[in-house]
Amino acid sequence: MLNYIWFGLLAIALIFGAINGTMDKVSEAAIESAKTAVEIAIGLIGVMTLWLGVMRIAEAAGLVTMLGRLLRPVLRWLFPEVPADHPANGAIVLSLAANMLGLNNAATPLGIKAMEELQELNEHKDTATNPMVTFMALNTSGVQLIPATMIGVLAAAGSLNPTWIIGPSIIATFIGTVAAVLAAKFLQRFYKVSE
Amino acid sequence: MIKTVVEEISKWAIPVMLVFIPLIGMIRKVKVYDVFIDGAKEGFDVAVKIIPFLVGILVAIGMFRASGAMDLLTGAMKPIMDATGFPAELVPLAILRTLTGSGSLAFTTDLVKNHGADSIIGRMAATMYGSSETTFFVLAVYFGAVQVKKTRHAVPAALVGDLVAAIATVAVVYWLM
Repeated sequence: MLNYIWFGLLAIALIFGAINGTMDKVSEAAIESAKTAVEIAIGLIGVMTLWLGVMRIAEAAGLVTMLGRLLRPVLRWLFPEVPADHPANGAIVLSLAANMLGLNNAATPLGIKAMEELQELNEHKDTATNPMVTFMALNTSGVQLIPATMIGVLAAAGSLNPTWIIGPSIIATFIGTVAAVLAAKFLQRFYKVSE
Repeated sequence: MIKTVVEEISKWAIPVMLVFIPLIGMIRKVKVYDVFIDGAKEGFDVAVKIIPFLVGILVAIGMFRASGAMDLLTGAMKPIMDATGFPAELVPLAILRTLTGSGSLAFTTDLVKNHGADSIIGRMAATMYGSSETTFFVLAVYFGAVQVKKTRHAVPAALVGDLVAAIATVAVVYWLM
């Protein structure tokens, strides 16, 4: 899937760059985007290092296992393949909590930590497992409670009631998240893990 | 009310966690500093591992956006959109939202400014941005960190979520305004 989308984007860019006469911009975008990608990754090093260190303490103190056990009833349904006492449970809970609060600097490292824990359980290291995809469905649908950036944009544009969007955002996010998770659960049987 | 509570929690969450976790560690006789360094060592490698995945995705998206293909795509979809009642102005945003964070933020800001911060389109745009994530970016970072290349149903499942969230946004804002 990603192979087709990736090639599709590149091919469309070339064709429409030619039609629209925007080839110079397409060319520039390729170079600039490569640079941006590396800057984003490098920018992650600090928070990544911090949270992986703190998470190791949390693991050693038994906090991660405890948190996972506490929320096991929900996790069991979402991630039936993950054993009850596996540290992946706690890591998933922590990363989703950070996401909900809009703590982006913590959410990404904690989410990566959760993916690493799920990778431990993976028999085919280059292929996504069902729990990984379900976890991604939860993340890509953005479970943030307060859309702080947007409230700022609305306020700056002179809105009389910028926080109006909080209610609709929570409802839309919730519906989108449920749909993504159900889609992941429904589709998993059609995407077999091949050797 | 909800807003103040969540904002306060957000302000306190990181410092409290950074003290609370080592505190429990100390109580449980964990050598907190040694263990911290041990775990933190991996940070650099993880960030560097993401680079190829992120360069691949961001370059393709950047080129696609720069080519101007988006406008034609939106134009072609306009008749279908008009028939369903989904505002045509929001179609490019719904697509951009999954591809680029900075691009969709700029697009949303434009819509809010041009239509008015308290207009129905302005509120729909803001809600759409606020209720979703940059899907392809998230997938590249998380799968990149664990070196997973075969993503199976991750893309279709995520896109179903994004599509449903976009439709829900329009419906909910119509309903509440």
